[in-house]
Amino acid sequence: MARQSGSIAASVSERGAHRAERRGSALLDVADLSVTFAHRGAPTVHAVDGVSFTVDEGEVVGLVGESGCGKSVTSLAIMGLLPRRGVQVSGRAVFDGRDLLTLSDDEMRDIRGRDIAMIFQDPLSSLNPIVPIGVQVAEVLIRHRKLDRAEARRESAELLDRVGIPDPQRRLREYPHQLSGGMRQRALIAMAVACRPRLLIADEPTTALDVTIQAQILELLKSLVRESGTALIMITHDLGVVAGMCDTINVLYAGRVVETASRRPLFAEPRHPYTVGLLGSIPRLDGAREDKLRPIPGSVRDVLPWPDGCAFAPRCDRRVDACVGEPPAMTAAPGGRAYRCVNPVLAVTTPPAALAKEQP
Amino acid sequence: MTPLVEVRDLAVHFPIYRGVIFERVAGHVKAVDGVDLTIARGQTYGLVGESGCGKSTLGRAILQLAPVTSGSVIFDGTDLTTLSPERLRMTRRRMQMIFQDPMSSLDPRQNVESILAEGLAAHGIGASRADRREIISRTLDSVGLPQWALSRYPHEFSGGQRQRIGIARALVLGPDLIVADEPVSALDVSIQAQVLNLLDELQENLGLTYLVIAHDLAVVRHIADTVGVMYLGTIVEEAASDDLYAQPLHPYTRALMSAVPVPDPVVEDRRERILLAGDLPSPANPPAGCRFHTRCPWVQPTRCRDERPPLVEQRPGHRVACHWVDDIESGRLRPREVDAQLVRPEADVQVPAGPEAIVLP
Repeated sequence: MARQSGSIAASVSERGAHRAERRGSALLDVADLSVTFAHRGAPTVHAVDGVSFTVDEGEVVGLVGESGCGKSVTSLAIMGLLPRRGVQVSGRAVFDGRDLLTLSDDEMRDIRGRDIAMIFQDPLSSLNPIVPIGVQVAEVLIRHRKLDRAEARRESAELLDRVGIPDPQRRLREYPHQLSGGMRQRALIAMAVACRPRLLIADEPTTALDVTIQAQILELLKSLVRESGTALIMITHDLGVVAGMCDTINVLYAGRVVETASRRPLFAEPRHPYTVGLLGSIPRLDGAREDKLRPIPGSVRDVLPWPDGCAFAPRCDRRVDACVGEPPAMTAAPGGRAYRCVNPVLAVTTPPAALAKEQP
Repeated sequence: MTPLVEVRDLAVHFPIYRGVIFERVAGHVKAVDGVDLTIARGQTYGLVGESGCGKSTLGRAILQLAPVTSGSVIFDGTDLTTLSPERLRMTRRRMQMIFQDPMSSLDPRQNVESILAEGLAAHGIGASRADRREIISRTLDSVGLPQWALSRYPHEFSGGQRQRIGIARALVLGPDLIVADEPVSALDVSIQAQVLNLLDELQENLGLTYLVIAHDLAVVRHIADTVGVMYLGTIVEEAASDDLYAQPLHPYTRALMSAVPVPDPVVEDRRERILLAGDLPSPANPPAGCRFHTRCPWVQPTRCRDERPPLVEQRPGHRVACHWVDDIESGRLRPREVDAQLVRPEADVQVPAGPEAIVLP
């Protein structure tokens, strides 16, 4: 699918050296990030409330949660794409030694697209409908890599080829509406990786696509990350997607990270009742059909105001008195995992199907 | 016992019009093209496929909501395609639909009571207002909504509750068949499970028959007894849910199943993935022969390109439309790499020649 070219191989070894040199500190360190939307006449909304996570070079980090949990707002805040008016962002997002939240617009524009790139959910609304694909891809190259037009055009064709778009020379002259959904998403990925960014943020990159096209795009993202050593933040609601590709997973609920763990421990032994509930609600392709789903009662709207306790308490079946007193703190657990719960699930709750398969 | 629904050789072709003054038919989108299926009483039939495969059109055509080009739909012994409009209207009480997006399928200016009462009035059920109220409040109980919901409007409910209103509207008439078109795809995961369990319970208590249309294979597998896989207007494989998932026979079903992410890293790391190249071809201009041959990793030089495979019973209750199903199953044929063919969003539209040299900013 994605063809490996000489230039990619070269950039991999370059990056390897770079990575060894900077070992120890994370590529992106988000600490205590909060986003508040305040509009006159409307109640203040704490969309993101003290979110902290880190991304190492070449690491794939997942932000998982249902709609309204603040996962997209987190990524927009990191990229500096939130509107100024009525929005308050606080905390830190240190990328490569610089706090992204304190940079000026000009400095941010230099970083955006070159060092950090983003892929959005709906490729049709994030491409300009009246500009040919080629111009949109080349724009990034001319702005950040200072290529001239002919070079940019050649490079654009190579990029389209690399993301698996057939007949790239012709596609360059075409407009977004002439491409199918999967091809549009590939074009968007080509633009995002044009400058070989060190961090890629993918916000629900496959939600608008069919399942066979989703598999193609995920495979493409995996191979791009593997070949170029780009770090990836994968924002999704689909636990199946993160199970296949993320190294570390952060589960969000009502604007807070409620559980952080690497991928295998998270699925094998979820600690936070919300994670357990999510896993119990998904119908599985490989489980027994007679298994009843165990949904989480209530809906995300049943949220207590944060200062009074755990936001998940109204829906939680392990609620104790301590839940409604103070917001629970993040508890660190062995194996680099952490959870925000006063009464975590500690017994082994692995679904029987997964257990049986784990035995060799 | 006779099956509740029997669909015979059903086709729905939508004409494509060209020209402004002299309008002419330039071709047809064959959304549904020769489908046979049978839904037994009290059972759930699941239809899966990607967007554009015609699954929603098939569901609507069964309810006579889409214009049927040819074929017949026999519902409890009567052929719906030949019924007079008034008889059809009366039969509709027994077959109801649940839509995907509960917000756009509920009138924002009607409160829940009036939404639910409308169908009762249209079919003359319940002698008095008190009678209707009684039926409505029983229905609300069965879908798990509180009584105070009656005087509220759709925007006051969350997504999951709105879908419950949609289900209540279908149930209030006491139907036999419910066609659910993507009933949970607009909902969050935790809410999805609530609605799926509700559909399960209602079927157990009321003996309903479902046709569930969804793109999510895991959802369909969970809820359906029999599953039909659609590709470009035809059913390519049909089997009991457990058989289909244990041993998919058609290459498309295999690829579809291997593409679904499983929320379990242990399974994910070991799975064998069959990646399909390219996109779904346009139903206005479907490939000749087997419609899947442009993307099939097992495509053969003979037969696949020029002979359309019929849906044949391969095992008891397991029907497959593939010429080479035996050879693929025995492992004699191996999958190969397929080059992606470019598919236009509208395949019949001529691509305007772009400017020869692109102008860069």
